[in-house]
Amino acid sequence: MATPKPRVKVPKSASAGEVITIKTLISHKMESGQRKDKDGNKIPRQIINKFTCEFEGKPVFSCDIEPAISANPYFEFPAKVMESGTFKFTWVDDSGDVYTHEQAIEVK
Amino acid sequence: MQVTRRQALGLSAGAAAFVAFGPGITPAFADEAATEKMLMEFTGGKTPGSGKVTLKAPEIAENGNTVPISISVDSEMTEQSYVQSVMLLAEGNPNPGVATFHFSPMSGEASATTRMRLAGTQNVVAVAKMNDGSVFMDKKQVKVTIGGCGG
Repeated sequence: MATPKPRVKVPKSASAGEVITIKTLISHKMESGQRKDKDGNKIPRQIINKFTCEFEGKPVFSCDIEPAISANPYFEFPAKVMESGTFKFTWVDDSGDVYTHEQAIEVK
Repeated sequence: MQVTRRQALGLSAGAAAFVAFGPGITPAFADEAATEKMLMEFTGGKTPGSGKVTLKAPEIAENGNTVPISISVDSEMTEQSYVQSVMLLAEGNPNPGVATFHFSPMSGEASATTRMRLAGTQNVVAVAKMNDGSVFMDKKQVKVTIGGCGG
C-alpha cells in the first residue's frame, strides 16, 4: 500500500479564544479483517487504530478507532485557540507505523 | 375440543403477531448483548440518561461503506465541567464498537464528525461521559441500502 498521506485543514489565523474547526483525512484502506480474498481466506485486519491531536504538547482531541470507521478515515472536531502555536496530528497504524503532520496557527 | 372458524382465525393472527414481533425481529448480525456489554464497560455500570447528546446521521444511507455521522454534546467545556469521551456503537455490525472520541477543555465544544461503516439497517448509539461521571446517550436508526462489511 502506498504510504498514507495525511491531509489537514486548520485555519491560518484566528482570534484568541475562538473555537475553530479542524478537518483531517488520511488515505488508508482500513482493512476491516472481515473481508475474504478470492480463495476464501480472511484478509488480515490493518487499520489506523488511534488518532490524536495536540496543541503545543497538550492533548486537544483523540480518538480510538475500530474497524467500523470507513476507509480514508475523516475526522472533524473543534479546538479552542488562545495563542499562536502548532497543532500536531498523529495517526497510529496496526502495523506499528506512525504518521504525523504539523500545522501552525497564528492568533491575532 | 371443537374449534370454530372464528377461534381458529384469532389464534393464527396471534401466532403471526408473535412471529413478527418476537424473536424474528433480530437481524442476522445483531448483537445487542455485546453492545450492552461495551456500553456498560464504558459507563462503569451506570445506565445513561437521555438528553445532552445529539447524534446526527442520515435516515437512509445508500452506501453502508461511508455513512457520515456527527455527534455533539451540550457542555460548557471548562476545566470544571467538560465532556470526557463519547463512544459510538453500531448494534448490527459484526463488532459493535465504532470509535471513542476523547475531548479536553481545549476542545472548546464537544462535537465531532466522521464516516463509518454499517453492515445493514440498524441502530447507532452515542454515549457521552462527563468529567463528573454522569452519562448520557442518544440513539438513531439508519436504514442502509448496500451494506458495508464486504461479506
